[in-house]
Order: sequence, then structure tokens, then C-alpha cells
Amino acid sequence: MARIFKFGDGISTDAIIPGRYNVTTDATALGKACFIEARPDFAASVQPGDVIVGGRNFGCGSSREHAPMAIKAAGIQAVVARSFARIFYRNAINIGLPVIQCDAIYDAIEDGDPVSIDIHSGGIAVNGKMFQGETPGPVAVAIMEAGTLIDLIKTRGWAAIEEVS
Amino acid sequence: MGTLTEEIFSRRLGRDVHAGEIVVAPVDYAMAHDVTGPLAIEAFRHLEVPLWDPERVILVFDHILPANTVASAGLHKLVRDFATEYGVTHVFQEGICHQLMVEKGFIRPGGIVVGADSHSTTYGALGCFAAGFGSTDIAVTFATGRTWFRVPETIRINLRGALPPGIFPKDLALQVIRRLGAEGANYLAVEWGGEAVEAMSVDERLTLANLTVDFGGKAGLCEPDEQTRIYLGDAEVADLHPVAPEYRSVVEVDAQTLEPQIACPPAIDNVQDLSTVEGTQLDEVFVGSCANGRIEDLAIVAGYFEGRQVHPRTRTIVVPASKQIYMEALARGYIQTFMEAGALVMNAGCGPCLGRQHGVLGPGERALSTSNRNYAGRMGSPQAEIYLANPAVAAVSALAGAITDPRGFN
Repeated sequence: MARIFKFGDGISTDAIIPGRYNVTTDATALGKACFIEARPDFAASVQPGDVIVGGRNFGCGSSREHAPMAIKAAGIQAVVARSFARIFYRNAINIGLPVIQCDAIYDAIEDGDPVSIDIHSGGIAVNGKMFQGETPGPVAVAIMEAGTLIDLIKTRGWAAIEEVS
Repeated sequence: MGTLTEEIFSRRLGRDVHAGEIVVAPVDYAMAHDVTGPLAIEAFRHLEVPLWDPERVILVFDHILPANTVASAGLHKLVRDFATEYGVTHVFQEGICHQLMVEKGFIRPGGIVVGADSHSTTYGALGCFAAGFGSTDIAVTFATGRTWFRVPETIRINLRGALPPGIFPKDLALQVIRRLGAEGANYLAVEWGGEAVEAMSVDERLTLANLTVDFGGKAGLCEPDEQTRIYLGDAEVADLHPVAPEYRSVVEVDAQTLEPQIACPPAIDNVQDLSTVEGTQLDEVFVGSCANGRIEDLAIVAGYFEGRQVHPRTRTIVVPASKQIYMEALARGYIQTFMEAGALVMNAGCGPCLGRQHGVLGPGERALSTSNRNYAGRMGSPQAEIYLANPAVAAVSALAGAITDPRGFN
């Protein structure tokens, strides 16, 4: 069963993928370097489908899209956080890494807890309790349904976003 | 009607636009650099469409300049090959992307500009709506000339009074971050106003707008005025003011009672009065970055360095934000002053700010920087500590080898 990797507040993109490790466009290489300094055992211990639960302002700092790419390539199914920095949130949605804002879950879980998530509904089951993530905005929903922003624009153009705005 | 942000979007779209609306809007320019550009280019190629406009795409080599590894040289080549293939002519390797966007005349009051770098908020100093994005969003703009925005609500920050000696825009920005926290303006626009901003040069306003993203702001705008017209050398700058704006909140800061502010490790909002950390010994001082690498910043540092030596304990690195600034500093004798004082002067660019090239910190080392990020690992080892301060604090701290108050320094 998927497990939780719990992180604190203010996890920066420098912590997710330091500037010395993002000199590449290769997702696999980024995945191997994910949290390489902040939590050196991370990449080796993630099993496909595991979940990150972060505190406030997850993904703050630089706009480097290498950060959500690294998390996704490491095998993480979704990032749940009390709040997300704007650019990280948008980048994650754009590349198809599910991100769920949920405040209540943070204090109710520990690192390593088993978890199951319904990405579409935002429902998170852990320790016998259900938590409900906040509903994403209409553009984020449209992108998630298409897979990535590139998929959405390539197939439907800006009309796909104009019709939900 | 509305905030500066609502005014800009209303004019651009030809209808009344209000905060909270989702809009698809055309932009003036889209910028990417040597780290975010390669991913943007790869995503753009997946779209299999022509480039929107080769004259409106800006590519800058600044984060790793010149290339320091085979890997970075490969990324640079990827960007250069793209520029050649698509006829992109605005390709620069003479300074930090944000400084060049302003210097090269791409930024106009009332404009909308997007950049694949978080500190793209910098351009708001000229009354332009400018926000940072990731590479995929910029790729879509490369293809279409547009992007989508949720028009943000605005926090108005009024900086009151005159700046006392030793206090600079950096201190005001850090004071605001101290009060609002690192996500205090997340998803929001910020308007910087009040007498202190009206009295500032554009160079000083660029520091405020730059640091807006470091407390989460999507954009940080100053009203264009006479200073803006002088800076742009253009009397035709359009009038742009908030009109009966409704703000999310209004923050008042009294500049006159501030002491120098220091962002202490490991977070931008761990801000203390200088006196709290005075005397902390330093291994490195870095003067530069898109926050404080401009000619006025270098002038402050040169003023303190004249006829003095930096402390032997403290390697001191000066990086002008652009070639233009570097050459002006040469003409004014600042570069000679820096070198005679024992500082290292590096080529224009991002310098040591992001820990990927010259000036990397080792484990257990402590640096003071005029830049804008002090996360663990930002400038090198995750066991290194980074303090952020104004250029005068950086200068006197380099001379003393420890964090020092510029007020009363002799």
C-alpha cells in the first residue's frame, strides 16, 4: 500500500531539486536527485504510488519545473499540502503531477502511514479517517482531464480554457 | 476602474476586468533562461506549431555563465540551436535576465510580460504586470503569444516617510516579508506605494518588485510616474493609476523607524533587526543578484570599500547585474576600488546566488548576500548558512569579517 512521506513547512524548490542537480532535462535523472540533500534516502525508498504530505507553502522559491518533474519521476503519485506556492502548483498541474490542497490531514498523519487517494475526487483515506482535499479551479480541472497543459492546448487550443473562464 | 492590475488587464482586453476572473490574455514578451529555457523548448517542440513571434521571445544565458560543465554547455547548445532554427534574435549573455529585460526596453508601463523565472515580478517596478511561470506555461506562450491568468486581488503596501541613512529598499521589503510571512501574498498582486516609493529611483523600485515573489506575490507593481519617464527616456509613458481600487488589505510601513533588516537562515521570513545578529562571523560576502546588483548598489559598496581592505576571513565576490552596469562601474572606478579592496569581481550574471557556479559555500560556512534566497542548500552545501541584507550592510560586513551595522561605521 502507498505510504506517506511527510515534510514540513516552506519546502523550497531548492530542497526538492538543488540547483546543482537540475542541469538536465532528463526526468529520470531528476527523479534520482529528488530531495538529494534535504532527505538523502528519499529517491531510493519511494515506491511507485507513494504520497508526499507537506506543510504550508510547499514548493516555494524558484520557478524550476524540474521540481515537480523530479517528484513525479521519483514515483510519487500525488502531493498533498496545507498550501502550495503558486508557481509550483501551476507547474505540477501542467506536467500531470496531482496536487491536492488539504489542511486538516497534516496533524493527523505521521511519516510512513499507509494512505489511499482518489485523485479525481480529492478524497484521502489514512488511519481509518477520510479527508477531503479542496476542489481545484476550473482550469486545473481541464488540464488534469487532458493529462498535461501541452496535451490540452495541442488538442483543443485556448478554447478549452476560455470556455471554463 | 480598479487596482493597477485590474486597470492593466481591462485595457489589454478592452473590457472591465475584475479580480477573480480567469482570462486568456496576449502578452508583450516571453522570457526564458539557460535553466528554464531547455524545458520550455522541449515542451514547445511537442506542440508542433510555429513560433508565435521570434521578436517577442527573449532568451538569456545568465544562471550558468559561461557554461561550467559539459552538462550545462549541452543545455546552452540546446537553447542556441533553438534560437538559430526559429530566428530568435533577442539572445543575450551579458547579465541577469531581469536586469536585461528592463535595460533593453522590453518593459513598458501597462504591459503584460511573462518569464520562466520566479523573479520576473521585477518588471512591475515600471508599472508592467509581470509574473513568473514554469517552462510549460512559457512553451505555450512561445506557441501562441498568450497565457491564462486568474486576475489577482491586490495587497496595497504604503511605505511611509523618508529612508534614514543606512536603510534601503531591501530593508523595507524584508520588513514587509517579516510582517506578512513567506506566503503572505501567495496568488496576490502587490502594489508598492507611499512617499518612500515616490521618492525612489527606478533602480530602487526594482528591488521592491523583485522581492515581491519572495513573499508569494504574483506581481509587484509601482505606479509609473516622472521617475519612470526619466528612466525610460520617454515623456509619452501612458498614465496608469489605480482608480477607486478595492484592496484585499492595506499594509502601512514606517520607513523612518526601521533599523537594517536581516533575513536569517534558513527562511526568507526569518527576519531580524541587525542588532540581533551583529558580530556573526562570515566566510563569504556576495554583492550582486537581480535584487541588488545595480549601479546604485555598487556605488554604495564602493563608497565603503574606498581605501579599505575586506577582512581576510571573508572572501568577497562582486557581480554586476549586467554588462551595462559593469561598464558604468568601470568608468566610475568602482571595479578598481573593489579589486584594490581584495574583492573578486566576476562576469555579469546570477553569480553565486543559486549555488551552481563560482562562489559555492562549503559545509558549515556562513555567507551574507545581497540576493533574495536563503533556503538551506541554495548557495551550496545544505550545511551552509545564508544571511540576506542591504548593500551597505554587505559592504561593512565584508570589511569587518562579521555582520556589522553600517550606521556609524568608520
